[in-house]
Amino acid sequence: MTKGIEGARERRVRTGGIELCVAELGDERQPTVVLVHGYPDSKEVWSDVASRLAERFHVVLYDVRGHGRSTAPVPLRGGFTLEKLTDDFLAVADAVSPDRPVHLVGHDWGSVQSWEFVTVQRTEGRIASFTSMSGPSLDHFGHWIKKRVSRPTPRGVAQLLGQGAKSWYVYMLHTPVLPEMAWRGPLGRRWPKILERVEKVPGGGYPTASLPSDAAQGAWLYRDNVRFRLLHPRPDAYAHVPVQLITPTGDAFLSERLYDGLAQWAPRLVRRTLPAKHWVPRTRPDQLASWIADFVTAHEQEGTSGTSWPPPAPGAPGLYAERFAGQLVLVTGAASGIGRATAFAFAEAGARVVAVDRDGEGASRTAEMARLIGAPEAWAETVDVGDEAAMEKLAEKVAAEYGVVDVLVNNAGIGLSGPFLGTTTDDWRKVLDVNLWGVVHGCRVFGRQMAERGQGGHIVNTASAAAYQPSKALSAYATSKAAVLMLSECLRAELAGRGIGVSAVCPGIVNTNITATARFTGVSEEEEKRRRKRTSKLYGMRNYPPEKVAGAILRAVLDNRAVVPVTPEARGARLLSRFAPGALRAVARLEPPL
Amino acid sequence: MTSALMSERTAELRGFREVQRLAYECAEAVAAQLKPGVTEREAARMQRRWLHGRGVRDWFHLPFAWFGDRTAFAGFRIPLQFFPTDRRLEAGMPFILDMAPVHKGFTADIGYSGCLGPHPLHDRLLADLRAHRELILREVRERRSLREIYEDVDRLMVRQGYANRHRAYPFGVIAHKVDRVRQRRWSPTLFGFGTQALKGLASDALHGHREGWSPLWSPYRFSDHPPRPGLWAVEPHLGFRGTGAKFEEILVVTDSKDPEQSAFWLDDDLPHVRRWAEEEAA
Repeated sequence: MTKGIEGARERRVRTGGIELCVAELGDERQPTVVLVHGYPDSKEVWSDVASRLAERFHVVLYDVRGHGRSTAPVPLRGGFTLEKLTDDFLAVADAVSPDRPVHLVGHDWGSVQSWEFVTVQRTEGRIASFTSMSGPSLDHFGHWIKKRVSRPTPRGVAQLLGQGAKSWYVYMLHTPVLPEMAWRGPLGRRWPKILERVEKVPGGGYPTASLPSDAAQGAWLYRDNVRFRLLHPRPDAYAHVPVQLITPTGDAFLSERLYDGLAQWAPRLVRRTLPAKHWVPRTRPDQLASWIADFVTAHEQEGTSGTSWPPPAPGAPGLYAERFAGQLVLVTGAASGIGRATAFAFAEAGARVVAVDRDGEGASRTAEMARLIGAPEAWAETVDVGDEAAMEKLAEKVAAEYGVVDVLVNNAGIGLSGPFLGTTTDDWRKVLDVNLWGVVHGCRVFGRQMAERGQGGHIVNTASAAAYQPSKALSAYATSKAAVLMLSECLRAELAGRGIGVSAVCPGIVNTNITATARFTGVSEEEEKRRRKRTSKLYGMRNYPPEKVAGAILRAVLDNRAVVPVTPEARGARLLSRFAPGALRAVARLEPPL
Repeated sequence: MTSALMSERTAELRGFREVQRLAYECAEAVAAQLKPGVTEREAARMQRRWLHGRGVRDWFHLPFAWFGDRTAFAGFRIPLQFFPTDRRLEAGMPFILDMAPVHKGFTADIGYSGCLGPHPLHDRLLADLRAHRELILREVRERRSLREIYEDVDRLMVRQGYANRHRAYPFGVIAHKVDRVRQRRWSPTLFGFGTQALKGLASDALHGHREGWSPLWSPYRFSDHPPRPGLWAVEPHLGFRGTGAKFEEILVVTDSKDPEQSAFWLDDDLPHVRRWAEEEAA
């Protein structure tokens, strides 16, 4: 027996000879958000997202005709056209929110039909905004294909073939009887396991028991619409509402390229990307709920006419903003140098930033400036990353007050230079405490939170070119950084299965104040001062800006890259370490020009 | 010092103060006329016309105008990029007007930062310039070497989270000497700089080279000397991710033993100083 969504008030809506099962959560006086499920799903696919949204909105879910506990049209053929689905939606919207427009959210086929809702005339004034995920408009899709077929370019053909291969299941669903037999037979039985293994959808009550009949009857969604619409796309399929497009980058069924020209059809378009597979309502409910809530809130005051589109935040457009907007990013060593630049780069992309440093004043300054350049929220925390207890406490505080960290940048580090035989155990302890233990603590406490949440995340550890470039003057520093590099690689392997990426960034010679605070062992205090000055000067002459390293860090998170050497010398050394390690060993013997 | 010398100096400073005020008036007048769509070239021309109408015939340098991320000299590689372009001003864009007129033989060199519409980040940069003005005066009075002061300004900028953008100026200068210029009937310019003023600067550079000082206040070894008496046009320039702000005004350095008299800002009644006072009052 199908289990309903906890705390939901259910009602039946009759329309066009069928009965729809509609569930409602939350306060009815709040803005109404209608969630439309896909194929092969039922409204329960939204349960995690709905419960999160219900705290702030009036959330409405319904089983699409022929799915879940809604009845199926008779006969099935011709009963699933987009026109009839639009009737259903309007019936639900009129029942749950008769006098205010609703905010529409669709996933997969729910999004495909919602595109129809927001592009036809008769829904105008009934919809306030639309959040689309993993479901293009069939009309836009038809034009997309037409354009590539009629004017083929190598790239266009490749895109066409790529999407063509991803659509294999669509062809299968067009065969008669066989899909029904498979769904009601072995495929239906094995589907939950397949979802869990291939799509990494966590088990636990989903899919529901109605799956075999949902999937069998739902095949008519494809048969009734796909061929006709792709061959005869409507020329006027313009969205009359603001659209938020959430694209899972790991979607096995839909190419990201499908949405390339979307701004032409949806003039008020906001794009978001999410490193996840197809079933994001199951795998990433926190992120979806937060993006939906932000979008709904932004367009609630505006009403339906949509004349006062708020101007975009500074620096908001771009790949980074699509990915990081609203995410929680924690950067250690954020009072200066690469850490500060990284915090700013994330802030510019619209992320919420926690700036951690033992220099509290510098961290506050970073947080303050971060707010000025686009971070919706930013906080400073004064913590020594080498202090285990302090890091535990920080993790508790962050989780309780700001939420689970989406991107962690373990960047704090100190410099130490000098011969091994002149380095005391105390020096060793200091450099390992910050450079290695700081990273270990960060990964432990925040990595655990990410893993427990089970909705992905990313960890960036700042290693160094010294991690693979040996030097007689950097034994302790290079050791600590090599350890960070290997830790990152191991952690990457361990956390890959949980959707958490790990990157090691190896900057090289970057103009930051690490040189001004570095420890030079085995020399007098005066000589140490001179060397600090001298190295600062040399680094200043090299003048590689930390902003570029910050850029590399954002790119590393975006592409989930494993090891990222940044400066040309760091790249060169990385190349040599693979193909001519002997050359690096020779360089290691050189006396640094201090 | 005899009273005759004193009065001569007072008169001279008055002359400099007047032309500096005139230049700031021009900046405020032009800034008030800026609206979306105005190009940098037009803004520079507006400054030139305004000052020409008030009798300015010679220049230390011709007016500059920088809009948008050009206020932070984003992507500047060659000095030609300082010259005004066809970049159009848009709502919310920061701008800088920088001009150095010569009037009745007295030189001014000023920089005026503004913004078309509210811009919290730009406000912050302007507010943070105050610490630099105070730091420079304090350390000049302490007779620290110019190079050290330059480095201290640099450190303060790094602490504030900003990039040093005066490093982009020729020789990376934070300041340069200005002096009286003989008035000629014909005053040509060379790459935007008045030839008379350039001649003065070159002769200072020559003397300075022999005596171990330089009319350019730079991060380099030739500036590793205590402040030289005279008038210095000081121009700290902050940059932060595509937004820049500066002020430029004249610092008077004397050889007086009294610290208060050894260095002082020529005029404390300037737009940016008034702005800080208002902020403090509020």
